[in-house]
Parts: sequence; C-alpha cells; structure tokens
Amino acid sequence: MRKIPRLSRFNVASLALGLAFLYLPILILVIYSFNASRLVTVWGGWSLRWYQELFNDRAMIEAAWMSLRVAVSSATIATLLGTLAAVALSRGERFRGRTLFSGMLYAPLVMPEVITGLSLLLLFVALNAERGFWTVTIAHTTLTMCFVAVVVQSRLGSLDRSLEEAAMDLGCDPVRAFLSVTLPLIAPAIVAGWMLAFTLSLDDLVIASFTTGPGSATLPIRIYSEVRLGVKPEINAICTLVIAVIAVVIVIASLASKLSSSQGESAAPL
Amino acid sequence: MSSRRIFARPARFAAIAPYVWMVLFFLVPFAFVLKISLSQTAIAQPPYEPVFDLAAGWDALKTAFAALSIDNFRLIVSDDIYVFAYVRSLTVAVTATALLLLIGYPIAYGMARLPERWQAVAMVLVIVPFWTSFLIRIYAWINILQHDGLLNQILLALHLVSQPVVWLSTDTAMYIGIVYSYLPFMILPLYATLAKMEPALEEAAGDLGAPPWQVFWLVTFPLSLPGIGAGVLLCFIPIVGEFVIPDLLAGSNSLMIGQTLWLEFFTNKDWPVASAAAIVLLVVLLVPLLLYERLQKRQLEQGR
Repeated sequence: MRKIPRLSRFNVASLALGLAFLYLPILILVIYSFNASRLVTVWGGWSLRWYQELFNDRAMIEAAWMSLRVAVSSATIATLLGTLAAVALSRGERFRGRTLFSGMLYAPLVMPEVITGLSLLLLFVALNAERGFWTVTIAHTTLTMCFVAVVVQSRLGSLDRSLEEAAMDLGCDPVRAFLSVTLPLIAPAIVAGWMLAFTLSLDDLVIASFTTGPGSATLPIRIYSEVRLGVKPEINAICTLVIAVIAVVIVIASLASKLSSSQGESAAPL
Repeated sequence: MSSRRIFARPARFAAIAPYVWMVLFFLVPFAFVLKISLSQTAIAQPPYEPVFDLAAGWDALKTAFAALSIDNFRLIVSDDIYVFAYVRSLTVAVTATALLLLIGYPIAYGMARLPERWQAVAMVLVIVPFWTSFLIRIYAWINILQHDGLLNQILLALHLVSQPVVWLSTDTAMYIGIVYSYLPFMILPLYATLAKMEPALEEAAGDLGAPPWQVFWLVTFPLSLPGIGAGVLLCFIPIVGEFVIPDLLAGSNSLMIGQTLWLEFFTNKDWPVASAAAIVLLVVLLVPLLLYERLQKRQLEQGR
C-alpha cells in the first residue's frame, strides 16, 4: 500500500487559488447573463430578458444551428477515422509510412490554428469548392480526429492484449475478436473522443473563419464579431447557453462511458 | 506470438482511410501554401497569380518554375512589421510559458499530493474549464477587466485605486488571458509525472536531513522534468501562433504574427504574403514541433 504524502498548507492554498482562478470568471459570466440591467456590470436583479432577446436574434440562431450541425457531423466522422488510426498505430506493428502517419496525426494537436486554417482554405480555393458547411466540417474533422486518435490510442495501449489473443486462440478471426473484445473495452475512450471532438468543433473560431464562406457563419464567428464591438448582455446569455449544452454533453457522455465501462469490466473475466 | 501477428494485418488496413484523409487535408494543403507563397500578388479573385497548372504539361511547368519568386519571403525578412511580429510572438510565448509553469506547477504539485480518491476529482475540475469554449473564457475576462468591470469595482471599493485602471488592451490583460486559457495544458502533464513519482524518494531525502526546499529542488524537480517538457511545449507552440487572445485583450500597437497573418489575409487580401508568413512561422516552430512529436510518440507507444 502506497503511503499517502502529507498535504502541506502550501499545497492546499495553491489548489484552492488555482481552482478559484479557473472557475470564478465563468461563474461571473453566467451570473451576469441573468442580470436585468443593460449595463453589464451593474446588478439590476434577476431576469431572463437577454435570453428572450437572444431568441429574436435570427442571425445568432442560424449561426448556432450551423455550429451544432458542423460539430455533430465532424465529431462523428472524426471519431470513426481517429479510432481507425489509433487501432492501426497501436495494433498494426510496423508498416510502411508509419512515421509519416503518426507525424501527421500528432502535428495538428499543437499546430497554430492560423496555419491549419490558411492551408485548408488554399486547398479549397484550388479545388474550387464552394465554402460553407462541408468545408468547415472537413476542416474540423481533420483537426479533431487527431485528438480522438490520441485518446483512443492511450486506452488501447493500456489494454491487456492477452484478451484479444485469447479470443483468437479460441477461434475468432481478427475482425470478430476486435468487434467483440477490443471494441467494448475501448468504448469509453471512443465516447470521450467524440465528446472532445464535438466541443473542439463547437469552440473553434480561427479555422472556421478561414474555411467558411459568406453567409454561413458559425456561432464562434458570430460571437467574435459581437465581442469585438464590446460587452453586451446578450453575449453573456449565449455564452451561458453554450456552456449549458457542453455540460449536458459531458454528463451524458460520462454516464454512457461509465455504463459501457462497467459492462466491459464484467464481460472481461468471462 | 502468432495471434498477435494475425491481428496486426487487418489493424494495418485500418490505417488506409485516416491516412488518405490526412494526406489529402493536412499534407497536400501545405503544398498549396508553399506554392502560393512563391507566387505574385494580384488584384483578382482568388488574389494571386496562378503559378503553375498541371494540365498545361511539362513545358509550361518549366516556365512556371522559372517564374517562381521568393519576393514574398524577401519582404518578410526585410520588413520591420514582420520581424517585430515574430520577435514579439516569441517574447510573449516565452514569458507566458514561464508564467504558466510558475502558476501551474504548485497546482499540479498540490493535486499529486491529494489522497488518490480526490486526485480524480481534482483532475476533472481542472479539465472541465478546458471543455467550455475558448472564446467564452476570453469573453469572461473582458467582462471582468473592462473599464467599469468587476475588478475595477472591487479595487475602487477597497480604496486601492482612486480611479478605474485601464486593463483592457494592455499586455497584462493578454497575459491573464493566455495563462487562463492554457493553464490546464500545463497542469495535466505536470500532474501526470508528479503523481507517478514514488513518494518514498522525497521521504528518504527528508529523512537524510535535507530541508524541504532542497528535497524539492534536488529530488522532486529533476524527476518532474519530462512533465515540464511536455507542458512547456504544449503551451509554447500554440501561443506563438495565437490570434484570438492578443486580438481581443492586447492593444493594437504591437501585433503578434498570428494577427499579422490574419490581417494580411482577411484585410489586405494579400494571400501570397500571408502564405509566406505562415511558412516562416512553421520554420520557426519546427524544432519545438519535432521535439513535441517525439515526446508524444514515446509517451503513447511506451505500452507496446
């Protein structure tokens, strides 16, 4: 049994301050979205006024709808491709072009977004593609599949491989062994990957600005152009709604992954 | 092992689809950036002279290669605006990364010292703000830092200042925004190495008579270097190319390279120069990028 090291007062203080620093600004933003006063910083009592005004803002609603569609489709494609990539990297042993493959998958994780956005736009222009929903979806898929691949790969790396081997020794072909043994075990990571891809897409401003066309702004693009003009209570309201959507997604996904991981654990010893 | 090898073959087939996708949408676009960075600016739509057309055959290709120009690169290297932007980006990234390390380390250290059950909770608490939108987190700080924002109200109420302080459009605001946005990226790798560390090592040093700061400096700190490396790279590289935070929080009199590129592209519509700027940025980041990639690969493939 590992001995638990003592928490010093310094440890406690740095943790408390750190968490306060992380959460207070968001909390303040949420509280002020329910402020009745037009002046963002003067408290005028609780009110849902800005949410009502938001629902009359058609441009904002259209942008939100566009963002949701892009996020769902790009996260789904990215999860599929990212999982395949993770399987190839962690189970494929050596294959030709492996170094280039892993390089291409890890680079976008830290690559400045202006570069990724610019390069994709130049490609779309060269291909004469009409910019809008699909170009943004492709761009987001390219970025987020790398995150999915990393999440799933780290889960695959920690799996006990003798389970797959046992399945095949018992007569499963590799595909069957993957589908009935590996896949249920990595399901929580796949769900987490989808979630991460979804929120990254919902969040992205820079890449979407480069790859979208006129008339199809995503929510961050819309928010950004409003924020540049200054603080408005409606922006607090839309930000609070986005936070709520992401919170719901996190809760659902973590429940789902808990369910599937407990299933996986009970299935494992059989 | 035989079944392992049988499994490896279909697993390799799984690479095909993502491989094709990444070549098409990650690698090939860079070829276009390179191509356009070498072409002339034109007032047209798209705003550059086509450099070469593959359909026109080999002769056309040869004349096209002869027409390639490095003017855009020459402009970037000689133009003060660009040189300053690169220097400023690197300065900001170094300063911000140092601040992040200074602030993130004690938090990660505190997390690693928590009882195991609480460590998981603390980790979720650090990750959750990362899930909420980047733009929203910056906006939250605009709320706080604006002229009649919460910070000034508190400072005035406490009589620490006699009139509102200008926070927005300053470097201070920008550093707050960067530290706030990137803090989880610094904390998580640090925490991962600190949590794996054998506490007996620190205890042994203490038992042998080392004062706490020496225990930290001679035992804990050197052992956490891999985590520091990962955290520093994870923050430094994207901060160099950062656009949104300096654009919304810093003043407009000295721009970072991400902003310059954005302006060149969207406002001046000079795509060739923007492409050349992107390539120079990529070259500047090449060493840290390669370092990061090696680190990432080693970490993920350790279990193999």
